[in-house]
Amino acid sequence: MSLVSIRDVRKSFGANEVLKGVSLDIAKGDVVAIIGRSGSGKSTLLRCINGLETYQSGSITADGIEVGGLATNLRELRRHVGMVFQQFNLFPHLTAAENVMLAPTVVNKVSKAEARATAAEVLAKVGLSEKMDAYPSELSGGQQQRVAIARSLAMRPKVLLCDEITSALDPELVNEVLRVVEQLAREGMTLILVTHEMRFARDVGTKLVFMHHGKVHEEGVPKEVFAAPRTPELQQFVGQVG
Amino acid sequence: MLQFSFWDILSNLLIATQWTIVLSLIAFACGGIVGLALLFMRTSRIPALEWFTKVYIEFFQGTPLLMQLFLFFFGIALFGIEVSPWTAATLALTFWTSAFLTEIWRGCVESIPKGQWEASSSLALSYIEQMRYVILPQASRIAIAPTVGFSVQVIKGTALASIIGFVELTKAGTMLNNATFRPFLVYSLVALIYFCLCFPLSWWAKKIEGRLNVAR
Repeated sequence: MSLVSIRDVRKSFGANEVLKGVSLDIAKGDVVAIIGRSGSGKSTLLRCINGLETYQSGSITADGIEVGGLATNLRELRRHVGMVFQQFNLFPHLTAAENVMLAPTVVNKVSKAEARATAAEVLAKVGLSEKMDAYPSELSGGQQQRVAIARSLAMRPKVLLCDEITSALDPELVNEVLRVVEQLAREGMTLILVTHEMRFARDVGTKLVFMHHGKVHEEGVPKEVFAAPRTPELQQFVGQVG
Repeated sequence: MLQFSFWDILSNLLIATQWTIVLSLIAFACGGIVGLALLFMRTSRIPALEWFTKVYIEFFQGTPLLMQLFLFFFGIALFGIEVSPWTAATLALTFWTSAFLTEIWRGCVESIPKGQWEASSSLALSYIEQMRYVILPQASRIAIAPTVGFSVQVIKGTALASIIGFVELTKAGTMLNNATFRPFLVYSLVALIYFCLCFPLSWWAKKIEGRLNVAR
């Protein structure tokens, strides 16, 4: 059974339909790279998966929980579905460790000491052991984004959603973040990434999804899809960004 | 006839000033508590609660404080409940203060970037938890200056309580004027005392505002 199942999802902002019937199945351990032009609906799709956006029809289930149903337990869903944002969105009044500890202590009612130990572990994983007590304003963009990843990991999510997480970074900082994501992929974390990093999508992804005009236009194994795009739209897109 | 010296007038005014201060403190503290509760309702995204607070705020911001004092003083009496000037003044000033504080604080909450809400939502925090751990710690920093600034309005607002017979600074001034027939002296002193209460607060508010601007 798939971990995330998206069935014929439609979503409009007013008169503008941004998702026109999207279906997608994501299995445990998949690393899904969603690519496409801006406005193709890829970020919206990602945000529907953890309930940040609502949709009008269709269905999404994540880890067995129906998203967007009337009785959806969003809190339960979000405990298992993590998200990392383009703009990091760290809490500026908290240190790196406190950012990471917040959800485990508040939501999971874990003790401070245990949460601190978890924070130390996940911050070590993203290579920031020595920055535990630094405030976000004292960190570079790449470091902030790695703290944001650690913050999600502390909740032990079953799926991690990454929304263009390197797009706001200076070019020389992109790789330190991608290396962390690559390591997560190797460890078997299920990842759904909206990304513009085509090489990363090809090398690390297990599944490529090309979105175009609110639909999944083409999907498959990244290396094969990149080597031989079937549709002219993807050929053109790969030609422009590749 | 009794003769009032300058010092008699001043000491009587200063005694009454205590009540201005007490009324201001109570109105500000209670108004702050009610205002905080209203703030949670106003930003809850629950339509019924938002609607209620909007109407509440419009009423207390859109009618003169004096009318509100009359309503509490004479209005409640219509139901056969005896209301002292003290109770009526406290209630009216509390509700009036809360309406303004809610609006000031709502502005501060809304100035926090949307990403803070989204990130904390994604971490499974509930609305109350988001407010408590993420939004209010940031918003309160911004809120200090305008809140202190507004406290000046509360102090000046207590002057209206004199009209329903509550003896505070303004009422004492009126009574002393009636006894001494020296309006210029008496009201100059009243104004001076209000100024001494308010000026340090507005000066402090300016100072905090300046400090925050540098930090950003």
